[in-house]
Amino acid sequence: MKARVTVTLKTGVLDPQGKAIEGALHSLGVEGIASVRQGKVFDIEIDAADPEAAKAALAAASEKLLANTVVENYRLELL
Amino acid sequence: MKAAIVLFPGSNREGDAARALRQAGAETSIVWHADHDLPAGTDLVVLPGGFSYGDYLRCGAIAGRAHIMDAVRSHAARGGLVLGICNGFQILCESGLLPGVLMRNRDLRFICKRQHLRVERNDTAFTRAYALHQAIDVAIAHGEGNYEAHEETIARLEGEGRVAFRYCDASGKVGGAANPNGSTNDIAGIYSEKFNVLGMMPHPENLIDPLVGGIDGRGLFESLLRAA
Repeated sequence: MKARVTVTLKTGVLDPQGKAIEGALHSLGVEGIASVRQGKVFDIEIDAADPEAAKAALAAASEKLLANTVVENYRLELL
Repeated sequence: MKAAIVLFPGSNREGDAARALRQAGAETSIVWHADHDLPAGTDLVVLPGGFSYGDYLRCGAIAGRAHIMDAVRSHAARGGLVLGICNGFQILCESGLLPGVLMRNRDLRFICKRQHLRVERNDTAFTRAYALHQAIDVAIAHGEGNYEAHEETIARLEGEGRVAFRYCDASGKVGGAANPNGSTNDIAGIYSEKFNVLGMMPHPENLIDPLVGGIDGRGLFESLLRAA
């Protein structure tokens, strides 16, 4: 089973990397960019009996390691 | 005092930490991260600076979940002393031993320079050799030292007097241009609830020899030896 975990910074957490990218896009003349926030994507192959078990494993992975829930949110998807 | 310095893949300041501790009179040993136990009779655990696991995922994230950290957690729960310097502070936050997180520096640059810190209290095992509010001249070398935490966490740390050091200038004036990385409330280091765990971004172990320009870092190691 293929899955994807997306980790993003919570609203309100300063993202200097996103800001720098936003500035670079503006200086490249790319129009209509209001703001940029940078995150991480994990593509995961998972051995699980059913989608529920897969989601439970992904949630455990996210809580234990992939995201620091002090400043980050995560989203799980089965592809 | 018996000090155990934990070595993770990518740690690079274990030798300096050991040297500073031995200078103050401690017995030191190096413990590999994959070990499950600390040496018998360990009084102090040091998580040294460096780039554990190449800072992959997040600084300190993978090291914070290493086998040896279970032993470090038990040691801390028993009241044992733990000192995390730089990457070691990041590891303490990631392991849950200290609250909050170290984010990218405000201006995105890796900063390597001398830095003054104000000693916020001198009644702990780590700071009793310093004067209250003494401005000590040490060094910083980090890209992710911007301390952030939930508002309630910051309020609790401040209310409980758990800020160990704040960034200041040579005269002891805290904050403003003296804050190198955007850290909340100019926080450079914090204590655990029982004041037996200290995490700090600056490097006291760099300034222990007049040969390299200062000895203000010695006080921290001398304090620990007095605690033993």
